Amino acid sequence: MGEPLAAAGAAAPAFSKSEMMIVAAARELAGQRVCFVGVGLPNIAVNLAKRTVAPDLELVYEAGVFGARPARLPLSIGDPTIVTGATAVTSMFELFAFYLQRGLVDVGFLGAAQIDRFGNINTTVIGDYRRPKTRLPGSGGACEIAINARHIFVIMRQSARSFVERIDFRTSPGNLGGAETAEAIRREQGWLGRGPSVVVTDLGIWHFDETGEMRLDSLHPGVTLDEVRATIGWEPRIAEPLEMTPAPTDEELRLIRQELDPEGMYTK
Amino acid sequence: MVAKVATMRDAIAELVRDGDTVAIEGFTHLICFAAGHEIIRQRKRDLVLARMTPDLVYDQMVAAGVARKLVFSWLGNPGVGGLNCIRRVTEGEQATLELEEYSHFGMVARYTAGAANLPFFPLRSYFETDMPAVNPQIRELESPYGNGKVYVVPPLRPDVTIVHAQRADASGNAQVWGLLGCQKEAAFAADRLIVVVEELVDEAVVRADPNRTIIPGLIVDAVVVEPWGAHPSYVQGRYDRDNHFYRDWDPISRDRDRTEAWLREWVHDIDGRAAYAQKLGPDRLAALRPSGRAPSGEVDYGEYR
Repeated sequence: MGEPLAAAGAAAPAFSKSEMMIVAAARELAGQRVCFVGVGLPNIAVNLAKRTVAPDLELVYEAGVFGARPARLPLSIGDPTIVTGATAVTSMFELFAFYLQRGLVDVGFLGAAQIDRFGNINTTVIGDYRRPKTRLPGSGGACEIAINARHIFVIMRQSARSFVERIDFRTSPGNLGGAETAEAIRREQGWLGRGPSVVVTDLGIWHFDETGEMRLDSLHPGVTLDEVRATIGWEPRIAEPLEMTPAPTDEELRLIRQELDPEGMYTK
Repeated sequence: MVAKVATMRDAIAELVRDGDTVAIEGFTHLICFAAGHEIIRQRKRDLVLARMTPDLVYDQMVAAGVARKLVFSWLGNPGVGGLNCIRRVTEGEQATLELEEYSHFGMVARYTAGAANLPFFPLRSYFETDMPAVNPQIRELESPYGNGKVYVVPPLRPDVTIVHAQRADASGNAQVWGLLGCQKEAAFAADRLIVVVEELVDEAVVRADPNRTIIPGLIVDAVVVEPWGAHPSYVQGRYDRDNHFYRDWDPISRDRDRTEAWLREWVHDIDGRAAYAQKLGPDRLAALRPSGRAPSGEVDYGEYR
C-alpha cells in the first residue's frame, strides 16, 4: 500500500492518502458557517474548504481571530497572516468566552493521538499520567471545543495505535459510553455541543450512528476493508451499502499542492 | 511620571528572583525570548514557569535548568511536533519536572481571576474529562442560582509577568496590535511587570491612539527596549515568525549535547539581544520582514474642548 494511491480507472490522477484525507474533510464542511480551526491537518482542510465547498465559512482561530482570511497557509495557529484582513481580533478570553462558550461556533475541528469508538479523544499522554510513555501536548482548547462547539469534526490518520478500544486519558469528551449517556449529560449540563459528528481518516469517512458509535460510511479509493480492520482496535461497524469517496479533483489537488501546502509538510 | 526604562540585564536581575512564578506570555505572537535568554544567562533557579503554550522559550529554559515546575495548557512546538527538552524530563522514569495543566480557557480564566482579584473563575470546560482527576486545582461547583454545575479554576498571580509589545512610552504605557493572547490578563494579575518593546515612543504617540493601549504604565515596573526581542516568534507588522528556526529546533532539542551547544553559542556566550540579532545576520533578518505593508485605516477620535 505504498503512496501515491491511484484512483480506480487508469487515467485518474495520482494522489496521496493524506491528500485524500484533507479533501474529504474539506468537503464535509459544505453548508457550515462558523468553524474553529486547529493546528496541522485541520488547518489545511479548513483552508481548502474555504476555497472550494464553503466560501462563506468564517474561520475562527483560538489565538483570537474571527473571520480570518489567511493569504498563505498558516504554519502555526497564531501566524500573522490570520490577522491581516480578518474581521476581528479578540483577546483569547473573548474568543473562548463570547464566541465558543456562548455557542457561536458550528464546527470544531480536532485532531487526536487516540480515539475510541464513541469519539472520546486523548491528546494528553500515552501510558500512565505520572510516568507517561509519551507526553503529548495536552488539551489546548480541545476540551472546551468538544463541549461547546455545535459539531465536532475529527481528522487523523488511522492506525492500531490511535484507534483503540480504551484511550489512556480522556482529554476531550465525545459520546462518552454511548449516545444515551452522552445525550443525558449534555441535556443535564446544558452543553451547547452535540458531540462528534464525523471522523475523516486517510482510509475513509466515519459518521456516528444512533448508538453514538462511529460507523464507516465511505471508503477512500484504493483502500480495502482489510486495511481498515488492521488499523482499528475494535470490530468496526460498516455501513451497508458502503460508499466510495470520490477521488480528489484536479482543482482540489492544485489548491493543496500549489497554494496551501507547497512544501508538502502535511501531504507527504 | 517616573521613567522606568532599564536594560534587560538590570530588569531581570532586579525583578526576577529564584523560586518565583514567572509568566512570559504571548500566544505565538510576541513571545519574549530575549527575557527568557537573560533569565538563563543569570542562572535563575527553581522557577515555576507559567505559560499557556510553553513553546521553544520554555523548552530552552527547562533545558538550561532554571525551572522546577510548568503551569500550562498546550505543550508543543506549534506546527512541528513536541518540545523535546521538556519531554526528556516528563516521560517515564525521567519525569522530574512538575506539571500542572489546564485547558487554554482554564489558563486564561486563571489569569482573569488573578487580574480581577477574584477567588476563582467559573467555566463550562472539563466535564467528563480526566483533567480534574490529575489536577485537583480544577474543581466542580454547583451554581448558587440553581442553574447547573460549572468547573472553577483558581487565580494565577505570577510574581513576575513579562510581555513583549510593539511599542511603549517611557512610563510603560504599552500598545499592541495583532494577536492579543492573554497578555493584558497576565499583566494585571502579576505582582511585578516587565514590558519589553521593539520601539520606545513619545507619550504623544500613545495618546493619539488610546484604544490600542493594553497595559497602562501604572502597573509596569520596567520598560526594556529590545528590538528583535521576540525572535524566533514574531511581531505583527515588523517581523515574521522564523518558521525555519521552529523546525531546526526539533533535531537540535532531540539531542542533549546539541541543545547544550546551542545554549552556549546563542545564549551564554552572547551578552544580549543586540549581539543575538547581529549574529543572526542582516540577510536572515531581512527575510523576516513582512512581504508588504498593510496599514490600518485611520479613525478620528475628535477633539472636544
